[in-house]
Amino acid sequence: MIFNFKKTTPALPPLRLADLAPGQAAIIADLALPAATAEPLMDLGLVAGTKVLAVRRAPGGDPVVYRVDGAEIALRHETTRHISLLPLETAAEVCP
Amino acid sequence: MTALTAIEPASSVGSAPAAGRTIRTFALVGPPNSGKSTLFNNLTGLRQKVANFPGVTVEQRAGSMRSGDGATLTVLDLPGIHSLSPHSEDERVAADVLSGRMPGTPRPDAIVLILDATNLNRHLVLAARVIALGLPTLVLLNMADSLREQDGDVDLVALAGQLGTPVALISAARGEGLSTVQNFVRSAGSAPAPVELPVLQDVRHCREWAVRVAGRASYRRPLPPVWSQRLDSIFLHRYWGPAIFLGVVVAAFQLIFRLGQPLSDALQGLLLGAGQPLAAHLPAGIMRSLLMDGAWKGMTSVLVFLPQILLLFLLIGVLEDSGYLARAAVITDRSMARLGLNGKAFIPLLSAYACAVPAIMATRTIENKRDRMATILIAPLMTCSARLPVYTMIIAAFVPDRPLAGIFLGTRAAAMLGLYLVGFLAAVATARLLKSSVLKSHSSPFVMELPTYRRPTLRSLGLRLADRSWAFASRVGTVVLAVSLGLALLINLPVHSGHAALEDSLLAVVGQKIEPVIAPLGFNWKIGVGLVTSIAAREVIVGTLGTLYGMDPGTHAMPLQSALHTDLSPGGAVALLLFFAFALQCTSTLAVVRKETNSWKWPLLQFAYMAALAYGSALLANQLIQHLRL
Repeated sequence: MIFNFKKTTPALPPLRLADLAPGQAAIIADLALPAATAEPLMDLGLVAGTKVLAVRRAPGGDPVVYRVDGAEIALRHETTRHISLLPLETAAEVCP
Repeated sequence: MTALTAIEPASSVGSAPAAGRTIRTFALVGPPNSGKSTLFNNLTGLRQKVANFPGVTVEQRAGSMRSGDGATLTVLDLPGIHSLSPHSEDERVAADVLSGRMPGTPRPDAIVLILDATNLNRHLVLAARVIALGLPTLVLLNMADSLREQDGDVDLVALAGQLGTPVALISAARGEGLSTVQNFVRSAGSAPAPVELPVLQDVRHCREWAVRVAGRASYRRPLPPVWSQRLDSIFLHRYWGPAIFLGVVVAAFQLIFRLGQPLSDALQGLLLGAGQPLAAHLPAGIMRSLLMDGAWKGMTSVLVFLPQILLLFLLIGVLEDSGYLARAAVITDRSMARLGLNGKAFIPLLSAYACAVPAIMATRTIENKRDRMATILIAPLMTCSARLPVYTMIIAAFVPDRPLAGIFLGTRAAAMLGLYLVGFLAAVATARLLKSSVLKSHSSPFVMELPTYRRPTLRSLGLRLADRSWAFASRVGTVVLAVSLGLALLINLPVHSGHAALEDSLLAVVGQKIEPVIAPLGFNWKIGVGLVTSIAAREVIVGTLGTLYGMDPGTHAMPLQSALHTDLSPGGAVALLLFFAFALQCTSTLAVVRKETNSWKWPLLQFAYMAALAYGSALLANQLIQHLRL
């Protein structure tokens, strides 16, 4: 897994939650997961339009702790690679 | 800002409460970790037993409380949920109880909904779903102290108006909120009258509604405490994190031995002292022999392990209440994932270290049926607290006490740690086996909420320990007592005059029948009797041996540990430890697996598999050790 830490503009492959480095924030765009998997995540606040911040990595690099809506949630890479994001600045235009 | 009495919605002020409607049963609903159980314990207190129904199809707890006017009310504590859509078993249970579809449980007349005041945007979504049920509802915003300390705010009058229910700020940990619930119950509230409700099926719509309602109530979310962040930067540090985790685990084992042993010895002295005047009152003869050498010896030999068990539960309690356990889950997740374990299996498996029964019930949170089944099947391999007396007894008898790494780790604690590891590895191997064959499935996601660190309260720890002491003592008072008395009777049959040798008793004759089966493991008929009686529960073997040695003139005066040496070689001791590490010697577990899987197939399969594992490894260990010695 190669992380591109300098990714600040919307790149050609869409930005995914797994790509966020600790300290970076973005807006959730879509959860490309089966409903049974996505709904519990949505109950925890991972809903399109919500701001998410990567807080820190676990010692082995996975899972990563994210802050969503005031709560801290640890998610595995296998989950976060299916969650696409919008950068903060463009998101402001899409979701006022 | 603190409102100890609920703020009523303006809309309902005019309308008088529906006459004749009294609340007899109400349910506590809330997301996990919102302080529901703390409030439940505060409301029902210690004066009546908190029933943990493993016999019914529910995991809800029922307790009773006395209302202000003396009536007795039933309080239902439901599993922590985020929604009422039945993704998993626990949510289905909650939904069934609330709609009155749960057999054996009365439909609640009212709901007390507990939300975390520090995270209202998210938790209000559950409020929408609960309010939509139309039952009289009281909304409690818990953790008022954190909200205040961390500069958060909420307009209760506006929120009550939006939700159309009474709303109050409480702090369950400080024992606040009881009077609010009392008042609510007395007022026999009316159905909620919310300003608007979202489309419940649309999660996004629900959240937009929640944000809107919180906004209208001028909700200001408190800032995440800086110290909690700082603690995380240490506990989840690349190098410090795993080092501290290992340190915590090793320290826990060392503490159970270092502190547990002297306490256990002291308790033994106390119980021996208590037995003497008791014996003096009984006339010498068969009655005294039955009661004192049989029943009393059997019961006390199990009871002396109470300190170790309480220490274990105290440590688990501190780790869980402080929030560290969630961090431990994050640290170990990578290894768990590599071993092929479902992320959601972590919490059930962790609680299996206390007891497999609640662990198996906790698997209801796993949505994937196959993953759930795999977790149920491996949970009894995790080292539960009932193994602690057996392990401690044998280790103390056969492992010399020497320091391995200074004061940090002794040989006995290391032996215990090894046994825990053996159980864990067997669980992992079994999981892999199951997942690659009958229970193949895609893994469901690992989601772990990291709660803010909290200082464990003495009250909550005390309640845990009291609960556990009661459970342990009642098992000693029932199962162990019955088995010990039964054995003592069998030892005295056939009726003889004077002192006959233990070997001539009916029990010995029966026991010697099974001896050929277990002799290759290094066990004689006495251990064999223990293996049979401990099918009821693991710790019963300790009581059984206590009774057998107590009734045997040859070992009558010896402490249990020395008496063991007359029956077990070192090879047999290791074999016995391994046997208990693997065998499913627990009727409660078998019963709960049958209930959760709805068939006898799985528990019987599990029993056979674990028995084979136990027999095989014990055989291997005993034969290996014997041959190495020769």
